[in-house]
Amino acid sequence: MLDLINVDYSTQIPNNVDLASDRQLLRALEKWHPGYIDWWKAMGPDGFQEQLVYLRTAVSVDPKGWAKFGYVKMPEYRWGILLAPQEEGRKVNFGQHMGEPAWQEIPGEYRAMLRRLVVIQGDTEPASVEQQRHLGKTAPSLYDMRNLFQVNVEEGRHLWAMVYLLHKYFGRDGREEADELLVRRSGDKDKPRMLGAFNEETPDWLSFFMFTFFTDRDGKMQLESLAQSGFDPLSRTCRFMLTEEAHHMFVGETGVGRTIQRTCEAMKAAGIEDPNDIARIRALGVIDLPTVQKKLNVHYPLTLDLFGAEISTNSANFYNAGLKGRFQETKIDDDHRLTNSTYPVLKMVDGKIAKVDEPALTALNMRLRDDYTEDCAKGVERWNKIIEKEGINFRLDLPHVAFNRRIGEFRNINATPAGILLSDTDWAKVRDDYLPSSSDGDFIASLMKPAYEPGQYASWIAPPRIGIDSKSGDFEYVKIAA
Amino acid sequence: MAEAEHKLANGKTRIDFQTAPDAYRHWKLAVEGDAATLTMDVDENAGLFEGYQLKLNSYDLGVDIELADALLRLRFEHPSVKTVVMRSGKERVFCAGANIRMLAGASHAHKVNFCKFTNETRNYVEDASEVSGIKTLCVVNGTAAGGGYELALTADHIMLVDDGTAAVSLPEVPLLAVLPGTGGLTRVVDKRKVRRDHADVFCTIEEGIRGKRAQQWRLVDELAPQSKLTEKVAERVQALASSSSRNGPQKGVTLTRVARTFSGDDIVYSSLKVSIDRAARIANIMVIGPEAAPPASVAAMLEQGAQFWPLRIARELDDAILHLRNNEFEIGTFVFRSEGDAALVRAYDEFLLAQKDNWFAHEILHLWKRVLKRLDVTSRTIVAMIEPGSCFAGTFAEIAFAADRSYMLIGQMEGDNRPPARIVLCGTNFGPYPMSNGLTRLQSRYLGDPGQLDELKGMQGEGIEADEAEELGLVTFAADDIDWNDEVRVFLEERASFSPDCLTGLEANLRFVGPETMETKIFARLTAWQNWIFQRPNAVGEEGALRRYGTGRKPNFDMRRV
Repeated sequence: MLDLINVDYSTQIPNNVDLASDRQLLRALEKWHPGYIDWWKAMGPDGFQEQLVYLRTAVSVDPKGWAKFGYVKMPEYRWGILLAPQEEGRKVNFGQHMGEPAWQEIPGEYRAMLRRLVVIQGDTEPASVEQQRHLGKTAPSLYDMRNLFQVNVEEGRHLWAMVYLLHKYFGRDGREEADELLVRRSGDKDKPRMLGAFNEETPDWLSFFMFTFFTDRDGKMQLESLAQSGFDPLSRTCRFMLTEEAHHMFVGETGVGRTIQRTCEAMKAAGIEDPNDIARIRALGVIDLPTVQKKLNVHYPLTLDLFGAEISTNSANFYNAGLKGRFQETKIDDDHRLTNSTYPVLKMVDGKIAKVDEPALTALNMRLRDDYTEDCAKGVERWNKIIEKEGINFRLDLPHVAFNRRIGEFRNINATPAGILLSDTDWAKVRDDYLPSSSDGDFIASLMKPAYEPGQYASWIAPPRIGIDSKSGDFEYVKIAA
Repeated sequence: MAEAEHKLANGKTRIDFQTAPDAYRHWKLAVEGDAATLTMDVDENAGLFEGYQLKLNSYDLGVDIELADALLRLRFEHPSVKTVVMRSGKERVFCAGANIRMLAGASHAHKVNFCKFTNETRNYVEDASEVSGIKTLCVVNGTAAGGGYELALTADHIMLVDDGTAAVSLPEVPLLAVLPGTGGLTRVVDKRKVRRDHADVFCTIEEGIRGKRAQQWRLVDELAPQSKLTEKVAERVQALASSSSRNGPQKGVTLTRVARTFSGDDIVYSSLKVSIDRAARIANIMVIGPEAAPPASVAAMLEQGAQFWPLRIARELDDAILHLRNNEFEIGTFVFRSEGDAALVRAYDEFLLAQKDNWFAHEILHLWKRVLKRLDVTSRTIVAMIEPGSCFAGTFAEIAFAADRSYMLIGQMEGDNRPPARIVLCGTNFGPYPMSNGLTRLQSRYLGDPGQLDELKGMQGEGIEADEAEELGLVTFAADDIDWNDEVRVFLEERASFSPDCLTGLEANLRFVGPETMETKIFARLTAWQNWIFQRPNAVGEEGALRRYGTGRKPNFDMRRV
């Protein structure tokens, strides 16, 4: 009998999908596996492949006890295929097939659409590992380094999850797409990753924290909407991925929070009240809050771009077909078909930013993006609480959606974080007030010095309040001298 | 579907086919030495009609008018250009094809005429390669979907960027429930010789085919990594240039704007006059012969430039046909007449044929070939009235041979002392103006009696009067002044009473006799199927795919096979 909770280690690949008896799938995955390991060694964390890292491995999909901690060398990490347990009698919950039983196999007419969804999602997973591969060398502590690697191996597992779907349900095309996922490279001119934000560099740790806060939160929103899918295996895969994604956002939120904490503490200790007294604050070896805001101003818009064009036929098709729902679809009180409703969308109308009612089906990207923004805003408020508590007069804010965009309605205009439109000339004058200048970048880079002793933390970041797996902050999370 | 829902943008009242590079909104034509670059960078807010944006380098008729203009200018203004690189000015997208919202909102007549014009323009890219040695390299840097790939298909060489994302596709069937109707199906199997089962797979995959498989299946010729693209393009341009026979001078002939005046229902050009009779639904088109003898030398011809009579009237006739086709849907019949000195018309023809190795004369002959082809595929009844004072010689006689029917007056009308009408044949009737079936109009006319053609060849330069012309089969009917007015009136009235759809079908079936070519397949088979599909509820009904496109809602098909 298929054991949906406990993980089968009888094959090379931990799984709860009865891999051992699925010869076709097993053959496909085992063929893909060496290429994956090669990719990991070439593109995974640079310089730390042989170190023992205190990592969490999924051993069960039971929400109470799915994580097992222990030291492991990353190339030996047991990436597995884990789906949330199947719900009896699950239905398609939205779109034109609403009320029909959820699909356990792919409906032929939606094969191409589904494959595209899986490939796009899959492509982001290895991309972030590639973007972050150099960060181990400048880790501000072993604790942070371990968190980075945990995020990395889990992104690797998420790639596995998507590859499982490609191998299991999409035949030869799926196998080819799975191979292509290992060929594209973040930032590569010839074989770039599919989405823009995943081809940007992650040059420093503050960028990494911002990325895991903002961009992994987009990942969460995408997974949430795919978890609603009428294609049950996709839904189950994404539901399990979400439990892991939550940790990534935790890393981002606490990472930025600890940076802010340290800055505020240092300012107070030095008797500096003005958060804009940048030179003096920087001299303390911490990152001034205006620069934190500038970093936020890079990552938030870049992530908004990931939601795509304001008006999207694709997302309308995905929804109507029952393949990709809204955030918390089943908790929304409406007809779940959206054929007659509208949704307000910010657009450029006659040179001004204006709210326009658009058919709700084609505005689904915006709906998801608005839910995302709301989610981000809560996190930013928690950062503001830290600043407030330290008694510093400063607030971090999410910039206007028209600010610093490269995709959609606002890509050709200049707007300030407050949403005021500027000419090219005026924008050039104020750009460095809002976005990191090269000297800001140089300053952050100058702080990126590794701290490899257990319990040691770089000057610009506060230790965590509690460690991972209830360990202390000075636990040896990575054995550097392995 | 309601007709003419779309309004022309910017308050315009008619579609204008004239443009020039400094007025382009969507294309850039750059020439350096013997290499040209045509960059497609569609301004999404400059659609021809209101109500849609031309996103992702999608196009409408306005975009294609610019392309057609650029191609014409390459032939006349840049006679030394051997290669054209056709590429996109946008990142990671080549061209998304015809704009779907434009199609969904357009009248059936506009859709059909839009496709016809784009087909003619695509053919013109290939003609430029075949007869003038202008070799085209298409660089596909991202999505080339539908009409975008069909545009690429016209090139001599297709280079696809191999970045794991760039793909060529014909997604019409799965996405829109119409056909790739701008030659796509035909060129894939006939020109590129993609295996038919591969083509079947290709035409049903919405996202298309990338990289190696695109090359293996012959959908593209070459793959290039982004980082080596510049070098690869340069290499390929060099190779194409060395295969080009073109060797014209640096300086060509500037195509000045075609002068015309609209006044009421008349359009007056320098050597052509259109008078519309709305009640009878007829456009009377008078082509006017030259006033002076041809220039004495090639240098003198070049001196005249765009005003050189054969070029001037060819462009005027082209403009008039396009105007009537796209702005005057209710005018069902074109009645051609001519006026002037047949000897002079013939003298120009002979001059051009004698100088046909000169690049300018060469291009003019091929322009006439194109204009006459345009007339052939125009879905209006074409009639020639050959009367005293006319000059149906050589090139003008081709207009009469392109007609569905021709009427020739025997002798003179009472009170008119001009000499009786004569048809004059010359070299231009026996080769330089093939139809899309590869035959001349006379070859097509005498398909059942090729011997007659030899007899006619021996009669070049003679003035053939009505009785003889009827006997030789050069005209449909000859009538004397007693019968003439009634004959003509009754015919035109009867014609006007028939179903316009039937006339379109009837004429198209009868005009193109004999062998099939890629062109005839595109215009006849592919277009006819497409036009049928364009009328069907599965595409254009309220719940059809074109109407539902972009709403996220699935089309409802009538599942019965017809």
